[in-house]
Amino acid sequence: MFSAAEWVSSLLLAGAVMVFAAGTLALLRLPDPFCRLHALTKIDNLGFGLLVAGLALIQPGWIDALKMLAIWALVLCSSATNGYLIARHSVTESRQ
Amino acid sequence: MIFWWMVDLILCGLMVTLAAGSLFATTLRRRVIFFIAFGLLTAIVWARLQAPDLALAEAAIGAGLTGALLLTALTTEPDATLRPRRSGWLYLSAAALLATGLIAALTTLVPVGHGDPALAVSARLQESGVSHPVTAVLLNFRAWDTLLELAVLLCASIGILNLAPARQAPRHAGTLADTLTRLLLPLLILTAGYLLWNGAFAPGGAFQAGAVLAAATVVLHLGGGVRLPAIGLAQLRVLLALGLVLFLAVGLMPLLSGQSLLQYPGSWAGSLILLIETGATLSIATMLSLVYLGGHPPQGWPVNTDQQAQEA
Repeated sequence: MFSAAEWVSSLLLAGAVMVFAAGTLALLRLPDPFCRLHALTKIDNLGFGLLVAGLALIQPGWIDALKMLAIWALVLCSSATNGYLIARHSVTESRQ
Repeated sequence: MIFWWMVDLILCGLMVTLAAGSLFATTLRRRVIFFIAFGLLTAIVWARLQAPDLALAEAAIGAGLTGALLLTALTTEPDATLRPRRSGWLYLSAAALLATGLIAALTTLVPVGHGDPALAVSARLQESGVSHPVTAVLLNFRAWDTLLELAVLLCASIGILNLAPARQAPRHAGTLADTLTRLLLPLLILTAGYLLWNGAFAPGGAFQAGAVLAAATVVLHLGGGVRLPAIGLAQLRVLLALGLVLFLAVGLMPLLSGQSLLQYPGSWAGSLILLIETGATLSIATMLSLVYLGGHPPQGWPVNTDQQAQEA
């Protein structure tokens, strides 16, 4: 039988899969770079966050969970900056 | 069991798809992006094959640095639309046939697993001075190969040094990018040090650590905001040669006391390997940075503000 942590974890992981699937679909279907960027940053922040939260819950040691959360924080910083950089590049490109 | 079969099957399918994409996509930019994705997937495949050392090296060098290098090269090339040649498929199928034939011939002629080499390594791991078998092979049992690899890298970087001055740093990418650079740089240096130290008893080592340090150069160069003190040619030469010179010095020492080349004195082996790896990390980082920058970094690297002011 599943424990409570495993139940919560599978819910979170299922949520992550849904965000990833929706985000990928949006990335393929949305018309311009800014909308696509919106989808992409949602995958990085929310999808990856749910994935990390789900996996952190079922780690045997708390230190592994802490490491995963640290990776998530790093990905948050880099994805926010990348989103800004790509958007800025698209703006300068569209002005030319 | 069936789950891992599925995962492996998906990985194989993705690898073939990405390889085909990087060969046959319509524009050069797409091919490069397919190739970067291919490198990342290769790292995952190595991890799945339980070769974390290779996975780390592939992720850092194959996907990261090579990707950055190819993307930078793209900016100087016009993004032409390429049509796959009709004869391309013919050559590809011929190559695939030849590869399959060679693999079949090799596996039937040379029996695989005749005398497990992993057993030979683990039997003498105690004497190597480190507890991680990959590092023991690279820096002790087969140190000669690694020494020559460093020499080859040094030759390549001397060639690059003689070709041209480094590329100009791209335009300043904005304050947000500066913040990320300030956040990433110490972390990258810390990670490099961790990988170097970890190499003695876990996956890691000089190549991975050097690649991570070189990634710091890429971040600095791309951000274009944070400046490093200028590196003179003499310092650059010292950094480039350090790894090979240290390795050679340690390797030649035993000859004085009548032992053979690269035969480390037993109790010192661990410290000597760490010494060689530290030198090699610095040299490999410099070499890979040089490969990315495409030549000797100019004064005021990475941003030549005087020139930028003149252009503005």
